[in-house]
Amino acid sequence: MTPEPDCAAPAEALSAEDLYENAPCGYIVAGLDRSIISVNATLLAWLGHERNTLIDKPFTDLLAVGSRIHYETHFAPLLQLHGELTGIAVDLLTAEGARLPAFLTANIKSDVNGRPVLLRIAIHGAGDRRSYERELLDERQRVERERARVQVFARTLQRSLLPPLLSPPEGLDASAYYHPASADDVGGDFYDLFPLTHDKWAFFIGDVSGKGAGAAAVTSLTRYTLRAAAVFDADPVAVLQNLHVVLSQEFRDTVNQFATVIFGIVTPHDGEFGIELASAGHLPPLVLGADGGARYVDTIGGQPVGIPMEPKFAAARIRLTPGDTVVLYTDGLTEARISDGTERYDYSGALLEFAAAHAPTSASGIVAAIQSLLDGFGSGVEDDVAVLALGVPVKMRPDPPRSPSEV
Amino acid sequence: MRWQYEGVDLQARNNVRFAGAENGPTIMLAHGFGCDQNLWRLVEARLASSFRLVLFDHVGCGASDPAAWDPERYEALQGYADDILGIVRELDLRDVTYVGHSVAAMMGVLAVATDPSRFARLVLLTPSPCYIDSGDYRGGFSRADIDELLDSLESNYLGWSRAMAPVIMGAPDQPELSDELTDSFCRTDPACARVFARTTFLSDNRGDLARVSVPTLVIECAHDTLAPREVGAYVQRRIDGSELVTLDAIGHCPQLSVPDITAEAIAAFAGAT
Repeated sequence: MTPEPDCAAPAEALSAEDLYENAPCGYIVAGLDRSIISVNATLLAWLGHERNTLIDKPFTDLLAVGSRIHYETHFAPLLQLHGELTGIAVDLLTAEGARLPAFLTANIKSDVNGRPVLLRIAIHGAGDRRSYERELLDERQRVERERARVQVFARTLQRSLLPPLLSPPEGLDASAYYHPASADDVGGDFYDLFPLTHDKWAFFIGDVSGKGAGAAAVTSLTRYTLRAAAVFDADPVAVLQNLHVVLSQEFRDTVNQFATVIFGIVTPHDGEFGIELASAGHLPPLVLGADGGARYVDTIGGQPVGIPMEPKFAAARIRLTPGDTVVLYTDGLTEARISDGTERYDYSGALLEFAAAHAPTSASGIVAAIQSLLDGFGSGVEDDVAVLALGVPVKMRPDPPRSPSEV
Repeated sequence: MRWQYEGVDLQARNNVRFAGAENGPTIMLAHGFGCDQNLWRLVEARLASSFRLVLFDHVGCGASDPAAWDPERYEALQGYADDILGIVRELDLRDVTYVGHSVAAMMGVLAVATDPSRFARLVLLTPSPCYIDSGDYRGGFSRADIDELLDSLESNYLGWSRAMAPVIMGAPDQPELSDELTDSFCRTDPACARVFARTTFLSDNRGDLARVSVPTLVIECAHDTLAPREVGAYVQRRIDGSELVTLDAIGHCPQLSVPDITAEAIAAFAGAT
């Protein structure tokens, strides 16, 4: 077939020599001992070398030292085992010692018996590409560092909003757990338990609307207000009213900001504990009885603090006797997505069933059970969860007197 | 008789694999920085008839358990050496000839120095106790060179996993690579590779050489820019009674480039009674 006259290239333009020497990539042919047998004009021009200075030299001498170590430890074994290398990033050294960023591709020429005889190596200059990749990599590393910093910041801030330890009265066990939904953010859930006077202790749990630094600031304000208000007047409803006054001030320029809180006072009586509490629109506490039953404490009718009206709070009293445990929690638990994500955990009364299945229990027992329940939900837990449990341990029966023979 | 053993626990952590002659003398083959136990394939085929071979991947390499990675444990070579001792004890291996390539040579030095009771012999294949020049000692590299290597690792960060997609070329004259091997060969999590590179090239174990108390063979290549001949001679001088063999080979991986003479040197030393 004769080529079309218009498209015909002069014979010299199609010479193999020209295609090799002036190819738009560098080209090296080397022996298996790495000695350079042939190098094309393009690469000589890029590197500023004379042809005769390179012939018989190991081509690895052209690699900058970092690339050479990488070649010896990674690329040489790969080439040996796979018979080819594709698109590895290396720095070549020019005659003047400058670095030439490049991509290197290589394969092995074998003889008719399949034995390797030569290495063919193509080199593409990649200065712009490599510096762009470098920028991407730097940017990614910067993002990773920032993310790590944010996580430390969020964790520290979150920890500062939770008590380092709970201080229950003697004879009452307390346990708590905080489940952050995200390592990058701070939730607005909080709890505490602390002595108020010589015979009264106070506790609270709550949830400030929103997330992030703003919610953390309101959470902090809420905690300090509750602690101070309790000293001023320990009546739970009065404490919540004081909190409402403070938060209404805080929220006056915002919309749809509020907090749900349960505040309670614990008074010990001969190994039992009276609890007076008030709820500001928070989820009802659960009592897991010594008898194996579970029930909600009636706190219906309570309204959140900080809303643009005078909220009503629901007051309740309970008494914990040995074997009883009361559990307080936030809505990250009840709202956790389950099954295929279309259902929420507590839409059909699952929490009460869960509590009944675990009663009777202890404060640490029910907190551990809820922790593993949450772990089972995995990413279905979309909001932070706080859990606080107070329980009266069952008294150990005194050991029966041992007979003299056992002593 | 050939037999294989499905490892668990410690063995799963390091992807431990047995091969070779069940009743033969035990040789443990430890890979260096860069790849994994598959680097021993050609030598394995040549030693399998006479020796019981124990192969494994360092944590962070090959098919080791990713959950076992701990950047603090593995920022010191002793962390890797302790893993080796753990494997040897767990499998109750005795009279082991430990063969360590490249940085794994120094892991062997540390393992033998920590507990020599399990080891009969030590083979240091292209070892270097210190890659960085210091005083009269010529390791061959400067701190800046090592930083450049770390940069090179980073530059190949993006393409690394993609480049490792299984491409089976007929590697002539060599046993076929299975898909699985091709897939994992030299594939290292870049974060692990970075820590391993620093541990490898910034460690100085010159002082540990004198702690070796078992018969030792140093094998070097005639042309190895990573472990030049004066470094091989240095190692031999610092380990009492050690022997030095120089292979006529180029590069840092004689177990791939000259597997016959590498396997012969190991076999002659490990079979010696």
